[in-house]
Amino acid sequence: MGFVTELLISIFLVVSGIFGLVGSYGLIKLKDSLQRLHAPTKATTLGVGGVLVASMIYFYVSTGYLSVHELLISVFLLLTAPITANFIAKTYMARNLRPNDLPESESDYGWSIYDEPPESRPDT
Amino acid sequence: MMMRLIPHPLLSIALVLVWLGLVNTFTLGNLILGVVFGLVIPMLTAPYWPDRPRIGKPLRVIEYVLVVFWDIVVANVQVAWIILFRRNANIRSHWIVVPLELQSAEAITVLAGTITMTPGTVSATLAADGGCILVHCLDTDDPDAVRDEIKSRYERRLKEIFQ
Repeated sequence: MGFVTELLISIFLVVSGIFGLVGSYGLIKLKDSLQRLHAPTKATTLGVGGVLVASMIYFYVSTGYLSVHELLISVFLLLTAPITANFIAKTYMARNLRPNDLPESESDYGWSIYDEPPESRPDT
Repeated sequence: MMMRLIPHPLLSIALVLVWLGLVNTFTLGNLILGVVFGLVIPMLTAPYWPDRPRIGKPLRVIEYVLVVFWDIVVANVQVAWIILFRRNANIRSHWIVVPLELQSAEAITVLAGTITMTPGTVSATLAADGGCILVHCLDTDDPDAVRDEIKSRYERRLKEIFQ
């Protein structure tokens, strides 16, 4: 393995390590649950992504085959991370916030956590 | 006949590609098995996507994916910066209400996911009729500017794709 590829792999690994660390530190540092939610949904995407890119380069150089597992992992990660964040946000809102802690909904109905959807209302 | 065999061509192609990616080696046997999955799974799951949206402009999808990828990288750096160098007292979090023009559930799902992955915002919940979305913003001086950016940068593109 040449010096340049080793350097490239190391850079990706170090960058991803830094972002993973910062994301975890954010979990301790920020003050409420909703702010903490921002740290793992974003700062760690690049953390995991960097490791995956490094792994792809390493296996391409050492075996000569392009490994697509890493691409699949990042696609699944991008699909699932927002859903998890949304579940956590909704759980937090349902347990700790009341409707008047939040801004008013600009449509005819309130937020879905506190308000019934249109179909199940008896008057519509 | 063709429509009954392959009700959802894009899903079939995606399943074949994902299967080939999972086994990570390209052989004829794996390809055939992938095609079998690509045919059977859409048929079995057809009841769960009754009126799926049409993708109007496929090239716009590529543009959207590239824009979002770039924004994710920028978002990572921005959030890391805020975590490391802002004192907690100086972080001004806001709730932002974004009215939606998108109609289909799929488009709104994509928009909500995008908002969560991009700079300093997490989508929290929808209005009960899907008319607007509640977004939590980690740090901003100007909530209206964030709302306008979400509308012009992502929702406008999604509207072009899903119509």
